[in-house]
Amino acid sequence: MSNLISRRKLLASLPAASGLLLTGSKDSLPPTYGSLLGLGDALTFASHRLLLRNQPLAREFGREMISKRFPAINTTNPASAQYQGLRAGRFTEWWLPIEGLVSNHLKLSLDDLKRFPSRTQVTQHSCEQGWSAIAEWTGVPLARVLQEAGMLPQARYVVFYAVDGWWDSLEMLDALHPQTLLAYGMNGRELPVPYGAPVRLRVERQLGYKNLKYVIRIEVTDRLDNIEDGTGAVGVAEGYSWYAGI
Amino acid sequence: MHRGRLFRVRLAGVFMLSYSLAAMKLQAQSIRHKGLVRTTHWINALSIVALAVSGAAILLAHPRFYWGETGYFDTPAAFELPLTPNLDQSGWGRSLHFLAAWIAVINGLIYVAWGLISRHFRRRLLSARADSHGYSVPQRVAYLTVVFGLLPIAILTGLTMSPAVTAAYPELFVLFGGRQSARTIHFIAANLLMLFLVVHVAMTILSGFGNNIRSMITGVYTTPLEER
Repeated sequence: MSNLISRRKLLASLPAASGLLLTGSKDSLPPTYGSLLGLGDALTFASHRLLLRNQPLAREFGREMISKRFPAINTTNPASAQYQGLRAGRFTEWWLPIEGLVSNHLKLSLDDLKRFPSRTQVTQHSCEQGWSAIAEWTGVPLARVLQEAGMLPQARYVVFYAVDGWWDSLEMLDALHPQTLLAYGMNGRELPVPYGAPVRLRVERQLGYKNLKYVIRIEVTDRLDNIEDGTGAVGVAEGYSWYAGI
Repeated sequence: MHRGRLFRVRLAGVFMLSYSLAAMKLQAQSIRHKGLVRTTHWINALSIVALAVSGAAILLAHPRFYWGETGYFDTPAAFELPLTPNLDQSGWGRSLHFLAAWIAVINGLIYVAWGLISRHFRRRLLSARADSHGYSVPQRVAYLTVVFGLLPIAILTGLTMSPAVTAAYPELFVLFGGRQSARTIHFIAANLLMLFLVVHVAMTILSGFGNNIRSMITGVYTTPLEER
Protein backbone atom coordinates (compact mmCIF):
# COMPACT_ATOMS: atom_id res chain seq x y z
CA MET A 1 0.00 0.00 0.00
CA SER A 2 2.83 2.40 0.84
CA ASN A 3 4.09 1.96 -2.71
CA LEU A 4 0.83 3.24 -4.08
CA ILE A 5 0.87 6.32 -1.88
CA SER A 6 4.41 7.33 -2.69
CA ARG A 7 3.70 6.84 -6.36
CA ARG A 8 0.64 9.07 -6.10
CA LYS A 9 2.66 11.66 -4.22
CA LEU A 10 5.32 11.62 -6.89
CA LEU A 11 2.86 12.09 -9.71
CA ALA A 12 1.10 14.89 -7.84
CA SER A 13 4.35 16.78 -7.28
CA LEU A 14 5.15 16.81 -11.01
CA PRO A 15 2.95 19.70 -12.16
CA ALA A 16 4.02 21.69 -9.10
CA ALA A 17 7.68 21.17 -9.95
CA SER A 18 7.27 22.12 -13.59
CA GLY A 19 5.14 25.09 -12.59
CA LEU A 20 7.91 26.34 -10.35
CA LEU A 21 10.33 25.83 -13.19
CA LEU A 22 8.27 27.86 -15.60
CA THR A 23 7.22 30.63 -13.25
CA GLY A 24 10.43 30.84 -11.24
CA SER A 25 11.44 33.93 -13.15
CA LYS A 26 9.33 36.54 -14.87
CA ASP A 27 9.24 36.43 -18.65
CA SER A 28 10.58 32.93 -18.52
CA LEU A 29 9.51 31.76 -21.95
CA PRO A 30 11.41 32.27 -25.19
CA PRO A 31 9.63 34.37 -27.83
CA THR A 32 8.85 31.42 -30.09
CA TYR A 33 8.02 28.07 -28.62
CA GLY A 34 4.74 27.17 -30.29
CA SER A 35 5.77 23.84 -31.78
CA LEU A 36 6.22 20.51 -30.06
CA LEU A 37 9.96 20.65 -30.67
CA GLY A 38 9.99 24.14 -29.15
CA LEU A 39 8.65 22.70 -25.88
CA GLY A 40 12.08 21.32 -25.02
CA ASP A 41 13.71 24.63 -25.86
CA ALA A 42 11.18 26.45 -23.66
CA LEU A 43 11.95 24.15 -20.71
CA THR A 44 15.66 24.66 -21.28
CA PHE A 45 15.30 28.44 -21.46
CA ALA A 46 13.12 28.61 -18.34
CA SER A 47 15.44 26.37 -16.32
CA HIS A 48 18.53 28.30 -17.45
CA ARG A 49 16.91 31.60 -16.40
CA LEU A 50 16.65 30.08 -12.92
CA LEU A 51 20.13 28.61 -13.03
CA LEU A 52 21.72 31.88 -14.19
CA ARG A 53 19.65 34.32 -12.13
CA ASN A 54 22.75 35.39 -10.18
CA GLN A 55 24.64 36.02 -13.43
CA PRO A 56 27.58 33.63 -12.98
CA LEU A 57 30.47 34.22 -15.38
CA ALA A 58 31.45 31.79 -18.08
CA ARG A 59 34.85 30.28 -17.40
CA GLU A 60 37.86 32.36 -18.44
CA PHE A 61 41.28 31.02 -19.36
CA GLY A 62 44.89 32.18 -19.31
CA ARG A 63 46.28 33.56 -22.58
CA GLU A 64 48.39 30.41 -23.03
CA MET A 65 45.15 28.56 -23.81
CA ILE A 66 44.34 30.71 -26.87
CA SER A 67 43.75 28.51 -29.93
CA LYS A 68 46.32 28.86 -32.71
CA ARG A 69 43.86 28.76 -35.60
CA PHE A 70 40.44 29.80 -34.39
CA PRO A 71 37.96 28.73 -37.09
CA ALA A 72 36.31 31.49 -39.13
CA ILE A 73 33.01 30.23 -40.53
CA ASN A 74 29.89 31.50 -42.31
CA THR A 75 30.49 35.00 -43.69
CA THR A 76 34.22 35.73 -43.60
CA ASN A 77 34.35 38.84 -45.79
CA PRO A 78 30.99 40.47 -46.62
CA ALA A 79 30.94 41.18 -50.35
CA SER A 80 28.64 44.21 -50.25
CA ALA A 81 29.97 47.49 -51.58
CA GLN A 82 28.87 49.10 -48.32
CA TYR A 83 31.11 46.82 -46.27
CA GLN A 84 34.04 46.88 -48.66
CA GLY A 85 33.87 50.69 -48.62
CA LEU A 86 33.90 50.76 -44.81
CA ARG A 87 36.76 48.29 -44.78
CA ALA A 88 38.78 50.34 -47.28
CA GLY A 89 38.34 53.33 -44.97
CA ARG A 90 39.56 51.29 -42.00
CA PHE A 91 36.07 51.60 -40.53
CA THR A 92 36.43 55.31 -39.75
CA GLU A 93 33.08 55.83 -41.51
CA TRP A 94 31.44 52.99 -39.55
CA TRP A 95 28.67 54.06 -37.18
CA LEU A 96 26.64 51.94 -34.79
CA PRO A 97 23.12 53.25 -34.12
CA ILE A 98 21.47 52.24 -30.82
CA GLU A 99 17.74 52.62 -31.42
CA GLY A 100 14.34 51.63 -30.13
CA LEU A 101 13.24 51.81 -26.50
CA VAL A 102 16.05 54.09 -25.29
CA SER A 103 15.87 57.68 -24.10
CA ASN A 104 18.99 58.72 -26.05
CA HIS A 105 19.31 57.38 -29.55
CA LEU A 106 23.06 56.93 -29.95
CA LYS A 107 25.22 56.70 -33.04
CA LEU A 108 28.62 55.47 -31.98
CA SER A 109 31.86 55.37 -33.94
CA LEU A 110 34.52 52.73 -33.35
CA ASP A 111 36.52 55.32 -31.38
CA ASP A 112 33.42 56.14 -29.30
CA LEU A 113 33.13 52.46 -28.37
CA LYS A 114 36.81 52.32 -27.45
CA ARG A 115 36.39 55.29 -25.10
CA PHE A 116 34.05 53.24 -22.87
CA PRO A 117 35.73 51.19 -20.12
CA SER A 118 36.78 47.97 -21.82
CA ARG A 119 36.73 44.34 -20.77
CA THR A 120 39.13 41.65 -21.97
CA GLN A 121 38.27 37.98 -21.57
CA VAL A 122 39.76 34.69 -22.76
CA THR A 123 36.82 32.39 -23.33
CA GLN A 124 35.78 29.25 -25.15
CA HIS A 125 33.63 29.57 -28.25
CA SER A 126 31.41 26.50 -28.64
CA CYS A 127 29.91 25.91 -32.05
CA GLU A 128 26.64 23.99 -32.33
CA GLN A 129 28.45 21.77 -34.85
CA GLY A 130 30.57 20.36 -32.05
CA TRP A 131 33.96 22.04 -32.31
CA SER A 132 35.21 24.63 -29.83
CA ALA A 133 38.14 27.03 -29.66
CA ILE A 134 39.51 29.62 -27.25
CA ALA A 135 40.23 33.29 -28.02
CA GLU A 136 40.77 36.54 -26.21
CA TRP A 137 38.12 39.19 -26.81
CA THR A 138 38.30 42.89 -25.99
CA GLY A 139 35.34 45.19 -26.11
CA VAL A 140 32.82 47.25 -24.24
CA PRO A 141 30.21 45.46 -22.13
CA LEU A 142 26.87 45.85 -23.92
CA ALA A 143 25.29 46.76 -20.58
CA ARG A 144 27.50 49.87 -20.42
CA VAL A 145 26.38 51.04 -23.87
CA LEU A 146 22.73 50.35 -23.06
CA GLN A 147 23.12 52.32 -19.85
CA GLU A 148 24.49 55.24 -21.85
CA ALA A 149 21.52 55.00 -24.19
CA GLY A 150 19.11 55.00 -21.26
CA MET A 151 17.04 51.89 -21.70
CA LEU A 152 13.32 52.37 -21.03
CA PRO A 153 11.69 50.20 -18.35
CA GLN A 154 9.57 48.20 -20.77
CA ALA A 155 12.63 47.00 -22.74
CA ARG A 156 12.87 43.19 -22.88
CA TYR A 157 15.05 42.28 -25.84
CA VAL A 158 18.05 43.67 -27.68
CA VAL A 159 18.10 43.02 -31.43
CA PHE A 160 21.34 43.00 -33.42
CA TYR A 161 21.65 43.48 -37.16
CA ALA A 162 24.73 42.53 -39.18
CA VAL A 163 26.05 43.88 -42.45
CA ASP A 164 25.67 40.45 -44.12
CA GLY A 165 21.91 40.35 -43.48
CA TRP A 166 22.07 38.22 -40.35
CA TRP A 167 20.18 39.36 -37.31
CA ASP A 168 19.59 37.98 -33.85
CA SER A 169 18.31 39.00 -30.45
CA LEU A 170 19.03 38.51 -26.76
CA GLU A 171 16.79 38.61 -23.75
CA MET A 172 17.93 41.03 -21.00
CA LEU A 173 19.57 38.49 -18.68
CA ASP A 174 22.13 37.68 -21.35
CA ALA A 175 22.21 41.19 -22.85
CA LEU A 176 23.17 42.73 -19.49
CA HIS A 177 25.60 39.99 -18.47
CA PRO A 178 29.07 41.42 -17.68
CA GLN A 179 30.75 39.17 -20.29
CA THR A 180 28.38 40.17 -23.10
CA LEU A 181 30.59 42.45 -25.19
CA LEU A 182 30.56 44.52 -28.31
CA ALA A 183 34.03 43.21 -29.14
CA TYR A 184 36.44 45.17 -31.31
CA GLY A 185 39.63 43.32 -30.37
CA MET A 186 40.72 39.70 -30.70
CA ASN A 187 43.88 38.14 -29.24
CA GLY A 188 45.37 41.60 -28.52
CA ARG A 189 44.80 43.01 -32.03
CA GLU A 190 42.01 44.76 -33.90
CA LEU A 191 39.19 42.33 -34.63
CA PRO A 192 40.14 40.80 -38.02
CA VAL A 193 37.69 40.83 -40.95
CA PRO A 194 37.01 37.04 -40.98
CA TYR A 195 35.94 37.27 -37.32
CA GLY A 196 33.48 40.14 -37.76
CA ALA A 197 35.37 43.46 -38.04
CA PRO A 198 34.95 46.06 -36.86
CA VAL A 199 32.58 44.90 -34.09
CA ARG A 200 31.01 41.58 -33.19
CA LEU A 201 28.88 40.37 -30.36
CA ARG A 202 30.24 38.07 -27.66
CA VAL A 203 27.63 36.12 -25.66
CA GLU A 204 29.67 33.70 -23.64
CA ARG A 205 26.83 31.68 -22.15
CA GLN A 206 25.34 30.78 -25.50
CA LEU A 207 26.60 28.86 -28.52
CA GLY A 208 28.70 30.31 -31.29
CA TYR A 209 25.86 31.19 -33.64
CA LYS A 210 24.48 33.79 -31.19
CA ASN A 211 27.80 35.70 -31.40
CA LEU A 212 26.80 37.85 -34.35
CA LYS A 213 29.62 39.21 -36.51
CA TYR A 214 29.73 42.53 -38.45
CA VAL A 215 27.20 44.31 -36.20
CA ILE A 216 25.85 47.50 -37.79
CA ARG A 217 22.71 48.31 -35.81
CA ILE A 218 21.26 47.65 -32.36
CA GLU A 219 17.61 47.99 -31.46
CA VAL A 220 16.07 47.74 -28.00
CA THR A 221 12.51 46.41 -27.99
CA ASP A 222 9.75 44.99 -25.82
CA ARG A 223 8.60 42.40 -28.36
CA LEU A 224 10.07 40.36 -31.19
CA ASP A 225 6.97 39.37 -33.12
CA ASN A 226 7.00 42.62 -35.10
CA ILE A 227 10.68 42.42 -36.03
CA GLU A 228 11.79 40.88 -39.31
CA ASP A 229 9.98 37.52 -39.63
CA GLY A 230 8.96 37.62 -35.96
CA THR A 231 11.01 34.60 -34.90
CA GLY A 232 13.70 36.46 -32.94
CA ALA A 233 16.67 35.35 -35.02
CA VAL A 234 17.75 34.63 -38.56
CA GLY A 235 18.51 31.00 -37.71
CA VAL A 236 15.06 30.09 -36.42
CA ALA A 237 13.64 29.70 -39.93
CA GLU A 238 16.48 27.22 -40.58
CA GLY A 239 15.45 25.24 -37.51
CA TYR A 240 17.99 26.60 -35.02
CA SER A 241 16.68 27.41 -31.59
CA TRP A 242 16.46 31.11 -30.66
CA TYR A 243 17.90 30.29 -27.26
CA ALA A 244 21.26 28.57 -27.55
CA GLY A 245 22.43 28.07 -23.97
CA ILE A 246 22.83 24.33 -24.63
CA MET B 1 7.15 -10.19 -0.14
CA HIS B 2 4.68 -11.74 -2.55
CA ARG B 3 1.80 -9.60 -1.48
CA GLY B 4 0.04 -8.12 -4.44
CA ARG B 5 1.41 -10.64 -6.86
CA LEU B 6 -1.37 -12.26 -8.74
CA PHE B 7 -1.33 -16.01 -9.10
CA ARG B 8 -3.81 -17.49 -11.46
CA VAL B 9 -3.68 -21.04 -12.58
CA ARG B 10 -5.64 -21.98 -15.61
CA LEU B 11 -6.07 -24.82 -18.03
CA ALA B 12 -4.42 -23.41 -21.09
CA GLY B 13 -5.18 -26.35 -23.34
CA VAL B 14 -8.80 -26.77 -22.37
CA PHE B 15 -10.10 -25.99 -25.86
CA MET B 16 -7.71 -28.43 -27.43
CA LEU B 17 -9.08 -31.38 -25.50
CA SER B 18 -10.78 -32.76 -28.55
CA TYR B 19 -7.44 -33.03 -30.32
CA SER B 20 -5.22 -34.40 -27.67
CA LEU B 21 -5.20 -34.73 -23.96
CA ALA B 22 -1.44 -34.24 -24.04
CA ALA B 23 -1.98 -30.62 -25.02
CA MET B 24 -3.45 -29.92 -21.62
CA LYS B 25 -0.96 -28.17 -19.39
CA LEU B 26 -0.94 -25.91 -16.40
CA GLN B 27 0.36 -22.37 -16.50
CA ALA B 28 0.97 -19.89 -13.75
CA GLN B 29 0.42 -16.24 -14.47
CA SER B 30 2.04 -13.59 -12.39
CA ILE B 31 2.46 -9.86 -12.54
CA ARG B 32 6.09 -9.52 -13.44
CA HIS B 33 6.48 -5.75 -13.82
CA LYS B 34 4.76 -3.10 -11.77
CA GLY B 35 2.73 -0.39 -13.49
CA LEU B 36 5.30 2.30 -12.81
CA VAL B 37 8.10 0.17 -14.26
CA ARG B 38 6.04 -0.58 -17.37
CA THR B 39 5.07 3.04 -17.94
CA THR B 40 8.53 4.49 -17.37
CA HIS B 41 10.06 1.68 -19.46
CA TRP B 42 8.13 2.61 -22.60
CA ILE B 43 8.47 6.37 -22.14
CA ASN B 44 12.19 5.77 -21.74
CA ALA B 45 12.29 3.49 -24.79
CA LEU B 46 10.69 6.17 -26.97
CA SER B 47 12.95 8.93 -25.69
CA ILE B 48 16.09 6.82 -26.09
CA VAL B 49 15.20 6.12 -29.72
CA ALA B 50 14.54 9.85 -30.29
CA LEU B 51 17.83 10.69 -28.56
CA ALA B 52 19.73 8.21 -30.75
CA VAL B 53 18.23 9.47 -34.00
CA SER B 54 18.65 13.17 -33.13
CA GLY B 55 22.10 12.51 -31.66
CA ALA B 56 23.18 11.02 -34.98
CA ALA B 57 21.76 14.09 -36.79
CA ILE B 58 23.83 16.38 -34.52
CA LEU B 59 26.92 14.23 -34.87
CA LEU B 60 26.82 14.50 -38.68
CA ALA B 61 27.71 18.19 -38.46
CA HIS B 62 31.17 17.39 -37.11
CA PRO B 63 32.02 13.68 -36.91
CA ARG B 64 35.42 14.30 -35.28
CA PHE B 65 36.25 13.78 -31.63
CA TYR B 66 38.89 15.40 -29.45
CA TRP B 67 40.26 15.18 -25.95
CA GLY B 68 40.68 18.16 -23.60
CA GLU B 69 39.20 21.65 -23.73
CA THR B 70 39.18 22.53 -27.40
CA GLY B 71 39.14 20.85 -30.77
CA TYR B 72 38.42 22.08 -34.29
CA PHE B 73 39.19 21.48 -37.95
CA ASP B 74 42.93 22.20 -37.70
CA THR B 75 43.65 20.31 -34.49
CA PRO B 76 44.39 16.59 -34.43
CA ALA B 77 41.37 14.41 -33.71
CA ALA B 78 41.35 11.67 -31.07
CA PHE B 79 39.31 9.74 -33.62
CA GLU B 80 37.23 10.53 -36.63
CA LEU B 81 34.22 8.74 -38.08
CA PRO B 82 34.16 7.95 -41.81
CA LEU B 83 31.06 10.08 -42.37
CA THR B 84 30.52 12.97 -44.76
CA PRO B 85 29.78 16.06 -42.65
CA ASN B 86 26.22 17.28 -43.09
CA LEU B 87 25.47 20.69 -41.62
CA ASP B 88 21.75 20.70 -42.39
CA GLN B 89 20.44 18.22 -39.84
CA SER B 90 21.45 19.74 -36.53
CA GLY B 91 18.67 22.36 -36.27
CA TRP B 92 15.78 19.92 -35.74
CA GLY B 93 18.27 17.40 -34.38
CA ARG B 94 19.21 19.63 -31.47
CA SER B 95 15.62 20.59 -30.62
CA LEU B 96 14.44 16.97 -30.70
CA HIS B 97 17.50 15.86 -28.72
CA PHE B 98 16.80 18.30 -25.90
CA LEU B 99 13.05 17.63 -25.86
CA ALA B 100 13.72 13.89 -25.64
CA ALA B 101 16.38 14.52 -23.01
CA TRP B 102 13.93 16.46 -20.84
CA ILE B 103 11.39 13.61 -21.10
CA ALA B 104 14.04 10.96 -20.42
CA VAL B 105 15.45 12.83 -17.41
CA ILE B 106 12.07 13.56 -15.76
CA ASN B 107 10.91 10.01 -16.50
CA GLY B 108 14.20 8.58 -15.22
CA LEU B 109 14.07 10.60 -12.01
CA ILE B 110 10.55 9.29 -11.30
CA TYR B 111 11.74 5.73 -11.92
CA VAL B 112 14.85 6.05 -9.76
CA ALA B 113 13.00 7.81 -6.91
CA TRP B 114 10.32 5.11 -6.95
CA GLY B 115 12.94 2.37 -7.21
CA LEU B 116 14.72 3.63 -4.13
CA ILE B 117 11.61 4.36 -2.05
CA SER B 118 9.87 1.09 -2.89
CA ARG B 119 13.12 -0.87 -2.48
CA HIS B 120 12.61 -2.12 -6.03
CA PHE B 121 16.34 -1.83 -6.81
CA ARG B 122 17.31 -3.60 -3.61
CA ARG B 123 14.87 -6.46 -4.14
CA ARG B 124 15.23 -7.02 -7.87
CA LEU B 125 18.77 -5.88 -8.66
CA LEU B 126 20.86 -5.96 -5.49
CA SER B 127 19.43 -8.74 -3.33
CA ALA B 128 21.62 -11.84 -3.39
CA ARG B 129 18.56 -14.09 -3.27
CA ALA B 130 16.87 -14.51 -6.60
CA ASP B 131 13.09 -14.50 -6.52
CA SER B 132 10.94 -16.76 -8.68
CA HIS B 133 11.73 -14.82 -11.85
CA GLY B 134 14.85 -13.15 -10.66
CA TYR B 135 17.43 -11.57 -12.91
CA SER B 136 20.70 -13.33 -13.60
CA VAL B 137 23.95 -11.73 -12.45
CA PRO B 138 24.91 -10.46 -15.94
CA GLN B 139 21.42 -8.97 -16.27
CA ARG B 140 21.71 -7.20 -12.92
CA VAL B 141 25.14 -5.85 -13.78
CA ALA B 142 23.84 -4.60 -17.14
CA TYR B 143 20.77 -2.89 -15.66
CA LEU B 144 22.70 -1.30 -12.79
CA THR B 145 25.43 -0.10 -15.18
CA VAL B 146 22.85 1.51 -17.46
CA VAL B 147 20.71 3.11 -14.74
CA PHE B 148 23.44 4.27 -12.38
CA GLY B 149 26.42 4.52 -14.76
CA LEU B 150 25.85 5.17 -18.45
CA LEU B 151 22.69 7.29 -18.24
CA PRO B 152 23.99 9.66 -15.52
CA ILE B 153 27.28 9.97 -17.43
CA ALA B 154 25.40 10.74 -20.66
CA ILE B 155 23.30 13.39 -18.90
CA LEU B 156 26.25 15.05 -17.14
CA THR B 157 28.50 15.07 -20.20
CA GLY B 158 25.59 16.49 -22.18
CA LEU B 159 25.22 19.29 -19.65
CA THR B 160 28.97 19.91 -19.81
CA MET B 161 28.51 20.89 -23.45
CA SER B 162 26.10 23.66 -22.40
CA PRO B 163 27.82 27.04 -22.05
CA ALA B 164 24.97 28.21 -19.78
CA VAL B 165 24.96 25.22 -17.43
CA THR B 166 28.75 25.27 -17.09
CA ALA B 167 28.64 28.98 -16.21
CA ALA B 168 26.55 27.92 -13.20
CA TYR B 169 28.47 24.67 -12.58
CA PRO B 170 32.06 24.99 -13.86
CA GLU B 171 32.92 21.89 -11.79
CA LEU B 172 31.53 19.85 -14.69
CA PHE B 173 34.62 20.77 -16.75
CA VAL B 174 36.87 19.45 -13.98
CA LEU B 175 34.83 16.27 -13.71
CA PHE B 176 35.23 15.38 -17.39
CA GLY B 177 38.51 17.10 -18.26
CA GLY B 178 37.15 19.77 -20.59
CA ARG B 179 34.35 20.40 -23.04
CA GLN B 180 35.72 18.24 -25.86
CA SER B 181 36.47 15.35 -23.50
CA ALA B 182 32.88 15.59 -22.28
CA ARG B 183 31.63 15.46 -25.88
CA THR B 184 33.78 12.40 -26.59
CA ILE B 185 32.63 10.64 -23.40
CA HIS B 186 29.03 11.50 -24.33
CA PHE B 187 29.51 9.76 -27.67
CA ILE B 188 31.11 6.69 -26.09
CA ALA B 189 28.37 6.44 -23.45
CA ALA B 190 25.73 6.75 -26.18
CA ASN B 191 27.35 3.90 -28.10
CA LEU B 192 27.46 1.69 -25.03
CA LEU B 193 23.77 2.44 -24.46
CA MET B 194 23.07 1.41 -28.05
CA LEU B 195 25.05 -1.79 -27.46
CA PHE B 196 22.91 -2.45 -24.38
CA LEU B 197 19.76 -1.75 -26.42
CA VAL B 198 20.75 -4.28 -29.09
CA VAL B 199 21.58 -7.01 -26.56
CA HIS B 200 18.47 -6.18 -24.51
CA VAL B 201 16.18 -6.51 -27.53
CA ALA B 202 17.97 -9.66 -28.71
CA MET B 203 17.59 -11.30 -25.29
CA THR B 204 13.93 -10.28 -25.18
CA ILE B 205 13.38 -12.09 -28.46
CA LEU B 206 15.44 -15.14 -27.56
CA SER B 207 13.83 -15.71 -24.15
CA GLY B 208 10.22 -15.66 -25.32
CA PHE B 209 9.30 -12.52 -27.18
CA GLY B 210 5.50 -12.57 -26.76
CA ASN B 211 5.62 -13.42 -23.09
CA ASN B 212 8.30 -10.81 -22.39
CA ILE B 213 6.57 -8.04 -24.32
CA ARG B 214 3.22 -8.84 -22.70
CA SER B 215 4.80 -8.72 -19.27
CA MET B 216 6.14 -5.24 -20.01
CA ILE B 217 2.80 -4.01 -21.42
CA THR B 218 0.11 -5.64 -19.25
CA GLY B 219 2.42 -6.98 -16.57
CA VAL B 220 1.25 -10.58 -17.00
CA TYR B 221 4.01 -13.14 -17.33
CA THR B 222 3.25 -16.77 -17.94
CA THR B 223 5.32 -19.53 -16.41
CA PRO B 224 4.66 -23.21 -17.28
CA LEU B 225 4.14 -25.21 -14.11
CA GLU B 226 6.27 -28.29 -13.51
CA GLU B 227 4.42 -31.49 -14.20
CA ARG B 228 3.73 -33.32 -11.05
